[in-house]
Amino acid sequence: MAPPANRRTGYSRRAQYGLFIGYVVAVGGVVLAILLLVAAMVDPRGFAALRGAALDATVPISSSGRGVVRFFGDGAEAIGAYVQAGSQNAALKEELRTSRQRLIEARSIALENARLKRLLRLRDATADAVVTARIVGSTFDSSRRLATLSAGSSQGVRPGQPVRAAEGLIGRVIETGRHASRVLLITDGANFVPVRLVRNGTPALSSGAGDGTLDVRALTAGANPFRRGDIFVTSGTGGIYAPNIAVAIVVRVDGDKTVARPLADPSRADFAIVQKVYQPLASAPLTDAATEAAP
Amino acid sequence: MSRIAETRAGGPEMLSARIVVPIASTVAATLVGLLPIVASAPLIPDFGFLFLIAWRVLRPEIWTARIALALGLVDDLLSGNPLGQSMALWTMTMLALDLSETVVVWRDYWMDWALAAVAILFYTAGGWFVAGLLGSRIPFTVMLPQIALSVLVFPLVARIVLALDRWRLAR
Repeated sequence: MAPPANRRTGYSRRAQYGLFIGYVVAVGGVVLAILLLVAAMVDPRGFAALRGAALDATVPISSSGRGVVRFFGDGAEAIGAYVQAGSQNAALKEELRTSRQRLIEARSIALENARLKRLLRLRDATADAVVTARIVGSTFDSSRRLATLSAGSSQGVRPGQPVRAAEGLIGRVIETGRHASRVLLITDGANFVPVRLVRNGTPALSSGAGDGTLDVRALTAGANPFRRGDIFVTSGTGGIYAPNIAVAIVVRVDGDKTVARPLADPSRADFAIVQKVYQPLASAPLTDAATEAAP
Repeated sequence: MSRIAETRAGGPEMLSARIVVPIASTVAATLVGLLPIVASAPLIPDFGFLFLIAWRVLRPEIWTARIALALGLVDDLLSGNPLGQSMALWTMTMLALDLSETVVVWRDYWMDWALAAVAILFYTAGGWFVAGLLGSRIPFTVMLPQIALSVLVFPLVARIVLALDRWRLAR
């Protein structure tokens, strides 16, 4: 195919200058864009008003379509369940029998738990919830893992607040519009969550691997202390995330590398709970804060 | 080549009416990113970018490199990228494609596809690099399925753009 004639300006000075100025504008635009990127690195919350407005404008598209996607997803599941009805029935009966025993055990554990909590006068973890909202969408065409939440600053959501589902931690809010906000998922590479091993309290740091799994690193020296099936909860170290929110379960251990799967799946969770930022020192009585901060 | 409709000579007002379809289709493709899919890994191509380079490859005369500044800004705002990421990467891609025309003079289907593949690789790697600068350090291998899928989907996008182009010029 022959090249198009659009870039050949001939002898017209005006056309030549026009083309030249076009390139100057384009290159200047690239420089401006790179400066904007640098500004975003220095101050990630810059242009918050503009970005929040864009978020508000687009969230109706995501939230209205969510029902449609769910409908088809559930429909496919229902057809699959119908086909496998026979074998599923047998398996479910077996499962019911074992889970009945578990239920009795769990009831007694719940009773004991309530008693111990009363003893320690612990507050329920969900007592400091800001708002309950839905996850309506996420990025799926870039390397960042960001989700959109259907609640914004008018409902009290602020950047920095942790977001969790019933099953476990989802992430934290990074920008807000009036009616929607953007959540940095724990599977994003920039989200570091201080966690501890439930089994023996070994502290660790989890960060996203970008492919939906988490990369967990122990903060202790020596051999990798984690095993397949280990469960991590937030440790509350450093604030933001309140302690004892379930985070992930280990699926693979290769030498120093520990790969874990998040326990809360944002694509399946119906509701996400936005919590207040965990600030143990700031919310403690003034005398305690003073004595703890003093040394 | 008979599939490609002839551009008829027209005044500036004709051109301004005809440029609406490419811009609208690219913005619409960017809106695909808002579909309520919650994914745990990047896999689906960035359709806004694919439409931009498909229009650029098929119809170099309808817009200059600076249109990518405006379209990139729309993409940044809609998809939650840091402001400036798509503005910079899209405009750089357009400028590189302008340069490529001085090097590769005679072009065919495979050449266009190869150029698009290079552009996709550059754009995805650029996005990955910017994410790394902002603290999200993930292995590049995570991006490979998305790059492969984008390259494979490009001919399909080019077909859609071709159909839109014929419809646009037939009116």
